[in-house]
Amino acid sequence: MNINATIIGQTIAFAFFVWFCMKYIWPPIIGALNERQKKIADGLAAADRATKDLELAQAKAVEELHLAREQAKEILEQANQRATVIVEEAKGEARKEGERLIVAARAEIDQEANQAREALRAQVASIAVAGAGKILGKQIDEAANSELVEQLAADL
Amino acid sequence: MAANTASGYIQHHLQNLTYGQLPAGYERSDGSVLNDATWTIAHSAQEASDMGFWAIHVDSMLWSVFLGLIFLLIFRSVAKKITSGVPGGLQNVIETIVEFVDTSVKESFHGRNPVIAPLALTIFCWVFFMNLMDLIPVDWIPGLATLAGVPYMKIVPTTDPNITMAMSISVFLLMLFYWVKVKGFGGLFSDLALHPFTSDNLVIKTILIPVNLLLETVSLIAKPISLGLRLFGNLYAGELIFILIAMIGYLQLPLHFGWALLHVLVITLQAYIFMTLTIVYLSMAHEDH
Repeated sequence: MNINATIIGQTIAFAFFVWFCMKYIWPPIIGALNERQKKIADGLAAADRATKDLELAQAKAVEELHLAREQAKEILEQANQRATVIVEEAKGEARKEGERLIVAARAEIDQEANQAREALRAQVASIAVAGAGKILGKQIDEAANSELVEQLAADL
Repeated sequence: MAANTASGYIQHHLQNLTYGQLPAGYERSDGSVLNDATWTIAHSAQEASDMGFWAIHVDSMLWSVFLGLIFLLIFRSVAKKITSGVPGGLQNVIETIVEFVDTSVKESFHGRNPVIAPLALTIFCWVFFMNLMDLIPVDWIPGLATLAGVPYMKIVPTTDPNITMAMSISVFLLMLFYWVKVKGFGGLFSDLALHPFTSDNLVIKTILIPVNLLLETVSLIAKPISLGLRLFGNLYAGELIFILIAMIGYLQLPLHFGWALLHVLVITLQAYIFMTLTIVYLSMAHEDH
């Protein structure tokens, strides 16, 4: 328990150990600790940002969906309207076509009736001429009497 | 060696292995007389004390440096391959200690000083390791040393006042250094002379200077002494009780266990107190009253 030069030796050793710790031990360890602290803080901040982004994206998706639904509704409505219009148009055209067909048929009928009448008239004329010829008993000059016959035929 | 009687046993355990010079004509403990002044190892407490100041406690120095190197090696090995990613087993332990010291420093010291934190870490770990030697059964290593022909072997460096006082005086000198560096000699003087008693009246203030100077100087000198002696006293007393317990035969086992258990606390606590007071003293040098 004497105070002696050990005190000097220990002081030197102490100074050396503190110097070594200050130079080679403390800086790398505390540096790594601070770096990790920063990493964790950055990670947390990134997570926060991601959460916010996700929320935004979700809101946007909902909005888009809403918009799309609205648009679909609109398109459907338009299509329905268009369909109605097309059907109406088709109906009108069909009616017109029908009327046209009826008119054409009537005209044809009239024409055919006329043709039959003409044919009938011609035959009647020739029969009348033949009849008259037979009745008169002589050959009537067809050319001379044609005007008469024509007139007869027209009176039929 | 007087290891036969109880007091001899205790004295043997509390004697450092001392290397120093004995003067010419000195009568050694075995009765021989030296012709010349001789550098040698002391073979008795009387010889050790007669060697005077220029002697060295070989065991204290060896164990202290050895334990300090262990501290440096462990921490250096971790510091070399430290990663800021996921830490491994040993790195975890080291980081916990470093963070604990760093927190302690930041709690009481608010300035910027690159020395205080590493100093605190060194003190905490080194003192802890030195104290830890106290838990090795008192007879093991001294017994081996005796077999090897070494007369004394005290393995707990902090039970040597030289070791603790060297550290506390180093801290004290560092404190004075920073005190002067931060505030100058004028600041040092005004810190010592104008507190704790102060007055707005210049005459009273001047009269109070010697009173303040006396009070503050006493408290200043008391700092390193109490710092060193506190650690020494606690560990010396603990070691003494271990030695006393070791003398009572087989009944010592439960007692030894109990005292060791309590001592685990003392060891850690004393290392922590030494570190904390170091930080406090150094931050006092940096801050205004």
